[in-house]
Amino acid sequence: MTGPDAGRPAPVIDVRAVTKSYGHGAASVHALRGVELTIESGEYVAIMGSSGSGKSTLMNVLGCLDVPTSGRYLLDGLDVGRLDEHQLALVRNRRIGFVFQSFNLIPRTSALAQVELPLSYAGVRGKERRRRALAALDLVGLADRTDHAPNELSGGQQQRVALARALVTAPALLLADEPTGNLDSHSTAEVLGILDRLHDAGRTIVIITHEDEVAARAERVLRLVDGLVVADHRRPPVRASVPPPTTSVPVGASGPAVPFGACGAPGAPGAFGHSGNAGEGAHR
Amino acid sequence: MNPVEVLRFAVLGLAANKIRTALTMLGVLIGVGAVILLVAVGNGSSKSVQASIQRLGTNLLTVSHTAGGGRFGAAGQGGALKDLTPDDAQALVDKTLAPHVESAAPVQTTSQSITYAGQSVTVSQIVGTTPDWFATTNHDLGRGALFGTEDVTARRKVAVLGSTTVENVFGTENPIDREILIGGIPFRVAGVLETKGGNGAADSDDTIVLPVTTLRDSLTGYGSLSSIAVRATSSTDTALAQDEVTSILNNRHRITGSAQSDFRITNQQSLLSANDETNKTFTVLLAAVAAISLLVGGIGITNIMLVTVAERTREIGIRKAIGAPRGAILGQFLAESTLLSVLGGGLGVAAGLFAARFEVVGITPVVVPSSVIGSFAVSVAIGLFFGGYPAARAAALRPIEALRHE
Ligand SMILES: Nc1ncnc2c1ncn2[C@@H]1O[C@H](COP(=O)(O)OP(=O)(O)OP(=O)(O)O)[C@@H](O)[C@H]1O
Ligand SMILES: [Mg+2]
Repeated sequence: MTGPDAGRPAPVIDVRAVTKSYGHGAASVHALRGVELTIESGEYVAIMGSSGSGKSTLMNVLGCLDVPTSGRYLLDGLDVGRLDEHQLALVRNRRIGFVFQSFNLIPRTSALAQVELPLSYAGVRGKERRRRALAALDLVGLADRTDHAPNELSGGQQQRVALARALVTAPALLLADEPTGNLDSHSTAEVLGILDRLHDAGRTIVIITHEDEVAARAERVLRLVDGLVVADHRRPPVRASVPPPTTSVPVGASGPAVPFGACGAPGAPGAFGHSGNAGEGAHR
Repeated sequence: MNPVEVLRFAVLGLAANKIRTALTMLGVLIGVGAVILLVAVGNGSSKSVQASIQRLGTNLLTVSHTAGGGRFGAAGQGGALKDLTPDDAQALVDKTLAPHVESAAPVQTTSQSITYAGQSVTVSQIVGTTPDWFATTNHDLGRGALFGTEDVTARRKVAVLGSTTVENVFGTENPIDREILIGGIPFRVAGVLETKGGNGAADSDDTIVLPVTTLRDSLTGYGSLSSIAVRATSSTDTALAQDEVTSILNNRHRITGSAQSDFRITNQQSLLSANDETNKTFTVLLAAVAAISLLVGGIGITNIMLVTVAERTREIGIRKAIGAPRGAILGQFLAESTLLSVLGGGLGVAAGLFAARFEVVGITPVVVPSSVIGSFAVSVAIGLFFGGYPAARAAALRPIEALRHE
């Protein structure tokens, strides 16, 4: 699981010469043209770039939702390309939380059931599952909306349900593809507040965005052009100087110390041991 | 994922779209119910025809006179055609020449309107015969008494009535020892036959039985008998009995090899098997109609399952993205379609069995167990295959492909 130099832990994300093309022959589109990227555990990274530059394509590869045409992707030192279907499912379930721009909630299903779903697939039993799902919903400030189906929730609330679903298995890596793209400024602030707190708790976060205010929260900004990483700025996050807008973020009310522990994550930076309570023996 | 969880997902999935679930189940229900009911109706009609033939007795032979067919022969052979006579009937009961004939009775039929208390009533059939006829043709006495041999020799004017005739003529009145006029001649009612029940237009209970001598004396005259009823010793001996009857009558009527026969023998056994054939065809036809309705029901399930999976491919993508193993997704969809078809099929069986308790166009349906098992199995198999196959295809997609599915 660890790289050749056993002293330092392997980077969470290690992308080597990854390309991705769609279609064949003359009509083929090269969405990624050899991306090189490493992200260390605990980093908060924003990916920016114009429309069609390959951001979502890259994110889908990072989230193990798609496979690259060539190149290698090592997740926490593990070559994802060598995993079989079953192992991939485990990786998606335990190690990665994925938030989509379009929410991707299951229709006609209550918020609580949505959030319980990843835990069900992880084999967590009834009571414990419910407790953790409620804790995750509480974390995103939706404790009073547990019985609502997606069509009974606002866009911002739906995105927060999706966020709770991504967090509930306590994955060390959170990937969000324009999580605030469909939200107004208020909802955006709520979601970003949650991400900040997750970052503080030691999660690795990668977020795609078009908005500079959103990117400003991250400590590292990547810029993609035509399927290549053309810029990689590291800087102290803006948030460090400006206190988080707790007044507008309802989760602030739930208290800073409790929530992350409540959904099962000890908060150790980058530790994959998070999945321990979900039965890690199942992996291999 | 344990099986209980999979089942829970399936139930949630079905509950999430109640109308679609209900319609699919209705399709299966109607298909299965129709198969069970239609096959039961076919089977019931065949059973009822068989029963009515059985009631007459499968060891019954009927010797009838070839009146029409004999005309050419009569011209050619100068009236060589002989009548069937009561003596012929008598001659058939011969333990040495015809060991397989148990009894025989002459039958002379006519139809006459009868009068009672000034009211005229039409009777389907008036039979003149000997007391042996009752046993030969399986007619039992209900009330009163049958006529005896003396009544025949003494040409007494006594009558035994069928139950329908009694009802038509007397209503609820006691008919025994009443006087009725048959063709203007007074007869005393001696007894009433037990109801035989029957099928179709000819009600065998609308009949009057008289001594053959009296009938020939006063109503029909002394032509040929209509037929002779012969009872074989058992239903397996009818062929032997038929041969014996043929040889005795050939002898009596002096019919040799080449000469035209003046009588014809039909037997109930062959009638029964002929009827069996028609009924089999009928049942097969009904079963075909039923199978088509099951097929249509099956196509209904298939269609809904395909639409469901297409519609839910995005959902499958979401589930895969949050780490659902392929087995869990497949299990959920298989469980959904199994639940649908088992519940729908089960309700169909219940509906079919329930409907089969009522008479359908005068036929009492008799359920065929194999049609119940068969139609249920087919509906479950269709549900499993067409629910499982597209789901397996969708579950094999990469999450992103499933998510992008339109
Ligand atoms: N399934 C696909 N089939 C063919 N081409 C595709 C497919 N998905 C993406 N592409 C192409 O790949 C390129 C990169 O797409 P991608 O979705 O990664 O862009 P993006 O950077 O996320 O854009 P946006 O900011 O608009 O979301 C685009 O040119 C797009 O047309
Ligand atoms: Mg995109």
